[in-house]
Amino acid sequence: MPAPKKPKLAVWKFSSCDGCQLQLLCCEDELLQVADAVEIAYFLEATRAQVRGPYDISLVEGSVSTPEEAERIRKIRRQSKILISIGACATAGGIQALRNFKDVDGFINAVYAHPEYIETLATSTAIRDHVDIDFELRGCPIDKGQLLEALSALLNGRRPNVPTHSQCVECKLMGTVCVMVAHGTPCMGPVTQAGCGNLCPSFNRGCYNCFGPKETPNTASLSAWFAKLGMDQRSIKHFYRSFNTNAPAFRRESEAHDKT
Amino acid sequence: MTANKSEALGTFVIAPSELGSLISALREDGYEVIGPKLADGAIVHEPLESADDLPVGYDDEQEGGTYRVAKNGANTYFDYVVGPHSWKRYLFPPDQQLCQMRRQGKTFRLIETKQEIPRYAFFGVRSCDLHAMQVQDKVFDNGEFADPGYMERRKAAFVVVVNCLRPAATCFCASMDTGPRATGGYDLALTELASKGRHEFLVEVGSSRGEEIFAKVSGRPATEADQSAPETASAKAANAMKREMVPDVQALLKRNLEHRRWDDVAKRCLTCANCTLVCPTCFCTTVEDYTDLTGSTAERRRRWDSCFTMDFSYVHGGSVRRETYARYRQWMTHKLSSWFDQFDVSGCVGCGRCITWCPVGIDITEEARAIRDSEGSR
Repeated sequence: MPAPKKPKLAVWKFSSCDGCQLQLLCCEDELLQVADAVEIAYFLEATRAQVRGPYDISLVEGSVSTPEEAERIRKIRRQSKILISIGACATAGGIQALRNFKDVDGFINAVYAHPEYIETLATSTAIRDHVDIDFELRGCPIDKGQLLEALSALLNGRRPNVPTHSQCVECKLMGTVCVMVAHGTPCMGPVTQAGCGNLCPSFNRGCYNCFGPKETPNTASLSAWFAKLGMDQRSIKHFYRSFNTNAPAFRRESEAHDKT
Repeated sequence: MTANKSEALGTFVIAPSELGSLISALREDGYEVIGPKLADGAIVHEPLESADDLPVGYDDEQEGGTYRVAKNGANTYFDYVVGPHSWKRYLFPPDQQLCQMRRQGKTFRLIETKQEIPRYAFFGVRSCDLHAMQVQDKVFDNGEFADPGYMERRKAAFVVVVNCLRPAATCFCASMDTGPRATGGYDLALTELASKGRHEFLVEVGSSRGEEIFAKVSGRPATEADQSAPETASAKAANAMKREMVPDVQALLKRNLEHRRWDDVAKRCLTCANCTLVCPTCFCTTVEDYTDLTGSTAERRRRWDSCFTMDFSYVHGGSVRRETYARYRQWMTHKLSSWFDQFDVSGCVGCGRCITWCPVGIDITEEARAIRDSEGSR
């Protein structure tokens, strides 16, 4: 009897820095286990070898920012049983979504000697804005522990333990002293989804929302507190204008502080 | 674990230098001593090796959403009050493995893991926190659904109380009848006597276990004047307390499940869960199952959860408490009202942590007062 076929895994790249798919290679100790558990069918950062679709699991990194990408993500969706968007670019549009607030033609004319060679969309948007997705992993970059957890859960037919609550929960579980309450350092933790392992606060820095908005984020209340801590409107706006700036909750909140 | 009210088995006076002897005696007896330490700008609960680890001459300033520790120029040990950590971290750990399994053909086998019960000595427990332990005892030592791990840790734990001599601005234990002085339930209770050039500690022995440990510490029997010191000092601290819980809050909240104040607080509440996680009595957990990639081993873990997360009330079809007002109301009414129905005691001990550590300074005493003051005026 032949061995049962292993699920085919594909890793796709859109507009992004590659840092999230690199997290898969960063798994080091667990990488051989991953390679044992799945057939790596398409993963250009790891191997030139390509296996044709369809694929059981597609990990999609990056945002959709060109007409070509908008077309390609539809093809990938058709070839994928399960599609997981990974990282801030794929789940919110990434840092490159800062363009969504401005006139993209202005940028193109200012930057490129031959603007006519550039074919781009006016916006950078999440994978979810173009096709249905099955699951998403947040972060800039994603957390490799969460990646392995999501893969383990899928392969074993269980629900992934990837909570959508606040970053504060992670701080409290680990006993980290709240940097905002105890030091007055502005921190995005209360509106940001957990997942990084409370990296910044454990080094006495405020969270700057790599993992995007948590479930039911109350950004208005947090911003009012930032103002009490002495942040001006412009700084508050910029706080929300980073990797997850196009996530609806952060986009709206940054616009509320945009007086210019 | 000792009874709630106990006659002192003796009252003594020791020099500050004897705090070191007390810590040594506990360590020599096999206890892991956990006590106050200065770390990352806060007084936290960490393992202590000697009295040198104790922060000397520090005060804390607390307000809604604000906490600062500062040197106060004194040589006193316990001028600060409660910080970001509560003792539940040790008795009811944030993340625990419940069991581990290994696949065996088409079935699975439970892997036996016998965990050693730590013997903690909690050094510097405030009266509110001692009451919080007694509240959690009712939660976990409940017969059919008891938590044996909690009960064993609690039974093994040695409690050294420190009576508070000043309140933080966020404290309201006097109105909850949980402090500032501990009246029983401890092994040893310390009161720092520092005034007019005097610096000593009054020690009240509360259990035979406390008696055995204290035998290794040198001190003198307390005089009658010494013995009245804790009462006088705690009365002073109680009088200085700025916040209080409104009377009869249990019935007040029951009458006001539909009140516009819930919508008002929902505008400020971040649903971040900080209040529940710093609360010394909140006990909710979630249970998570994990597997490795191959599915050959699995484990079940229990970790702190909160009624402020969406997953907490998730049942078939979605979360029951989607709106912020519903989540805040669930927490506050449970803490101050339905806890009595469930456990015959208040779920709030007035430690004030939920006020201080709320990132936007929401004040449970203020919310209760606002409801009382506008009752019937929706």
